[in-house]
Amino acid sequence: MALVKYNNNSISAVTSAAAMTSGDMTLIKSVTASSDSTINFVHGTSDVVLDSTYPIYIFKFINIHPETDSTEFSVGFRDGSTAYDATKSTNAFVAVHDEADSEAALNNRSSNEGLSQNTGFQNLNLNMGNGNDESLSGEMFLFNPSSTTFVKHFMSTTQYYQDGNASLNYRVGGYCNVTAAIDAVQFKMNSGDIDAGTIKLYGIKDS
Amino acid sequence: MSIVKLNNRGIKDVTALGSITGLGNLTFIKKLTASSSGTLSFVDGASSVVLDNTYKEYLFTFNNIHPASNSSLGFKASINGGSAYGIATTTSAVMAEQGEGSDDSFLGYRTSQDHAEDTGLIKIGESYGTDNDQSGSGFMHLFNPSSTTFVKNFIAQNHSCHPSDYTDHAFVGGYINTTSAVNAIQFAMTTGNIDAGDICLYGIK
Repeated sequence: MALVKYNNNSISAVTSAAAMTSGDMTLIKSVTASSDSTINFVHGTSDVVLDSTYPIYIFKFINIHPETDSTEFSVGFRDGSTAYDATKSTNAFVAVHDEADSEAALNNRSSNEGLSQNTGFQNLNLNMGNGNDESLSGEMFLFNPSSTTFVKHFMSTTQYYQDGNASLNYRVGGYCNVTAAIDAVQFKMNSGDIDAGTIKLYGIKDS
Repeated sequence: MSIVKLNNRGIKDVTALGSITGLGNLTFIKKLTASSSGTLSFVDGASSVVLDNTYKEYLFTFNNIHPASNSSLGFKASINGGSAYGIATTTSAVMAEQGEGSDDSFLGYRTSQDHAEDTGLIKIGESYGTDNDQSGSGFMHLFNPSSTTFVKNFIAQNHSCHPSDYTDHAFVGGYINTTSAVNAIQFAMTTGNIDAGDICLYGIK
């Protein structure tokens, strides 16, 4: 049989290959904010998957920029109704160091930003700045949102520019204390819009 | 040389291309599901498990680990393919907690959860409750287990429902203090069985 040689020009138009894997961390949806009051990831809408397809989901936050100064980036979970009001219990702490080198501390924030059987949104940071070069980046793990047996654990880490010109590394852990499935997640600012930034949703395969 | 044009139809049966990259850098290796299990073990070379120099970093994920008794999740390492577990390990442990009743708020170092050259079960989470809806979830990175030069560093983060109904966020870092290759990891609760839950192993390229 004659040998047929291919080059990049001939293969560049190919857009799919049947049996090739795409890795085991799959990008599901990327949403870029443009003065949005909320950003929603709703299972079954706009190609979003948030069900038993994956046992673990990861949200990545890239350069989230608020319209309003001194506000918080927050998250809510939907557990059966149209409202993002799943009951949550959480803890929070922060490592802070300012540009003036006058404050360097590790602070327990559970009594402030932590929730105790509360249906409100969970702050994922505190007092972020809205200067042109200021933003937040980080990630949040959500475990087994489709379970109807267990509570739904989540853990977030955000790094951001605080309004007081400081670097803050903010950690939140908690669970939606419900056995109903979580089928949607909403992000918003406590005040004003999400001026800019990207939120990506990934699923991690377990087979 | 004549040009041969390909289309999707022509390439549909291709299953591998040697030089393609970017297909994802997280590779699923193995999933173990607990069912009243005393231990869950990942042994290199057994049951399709890879835990050698194929990857420089491995990731274990823990999904809804539910204990038979109020207890903590932990692990032991092996350097002989699982014939024996228990390599001296040193860790540090930081916990953040908050009760469902706005009580028990805590942030700090937790001496009850750390280890100093301990050959027993190495705790990577706080207490997990046994109520039907209680569990713990999280992950652990294990770096370069096949090294014969360095100790084996690991970083774990787990979140659990404490038996007393408060949120427990555990940050544990440490090293398995051996220069022998670690080729098996075994998970267990400090007391009783792992009643339910999944542990998955991934390789990171």
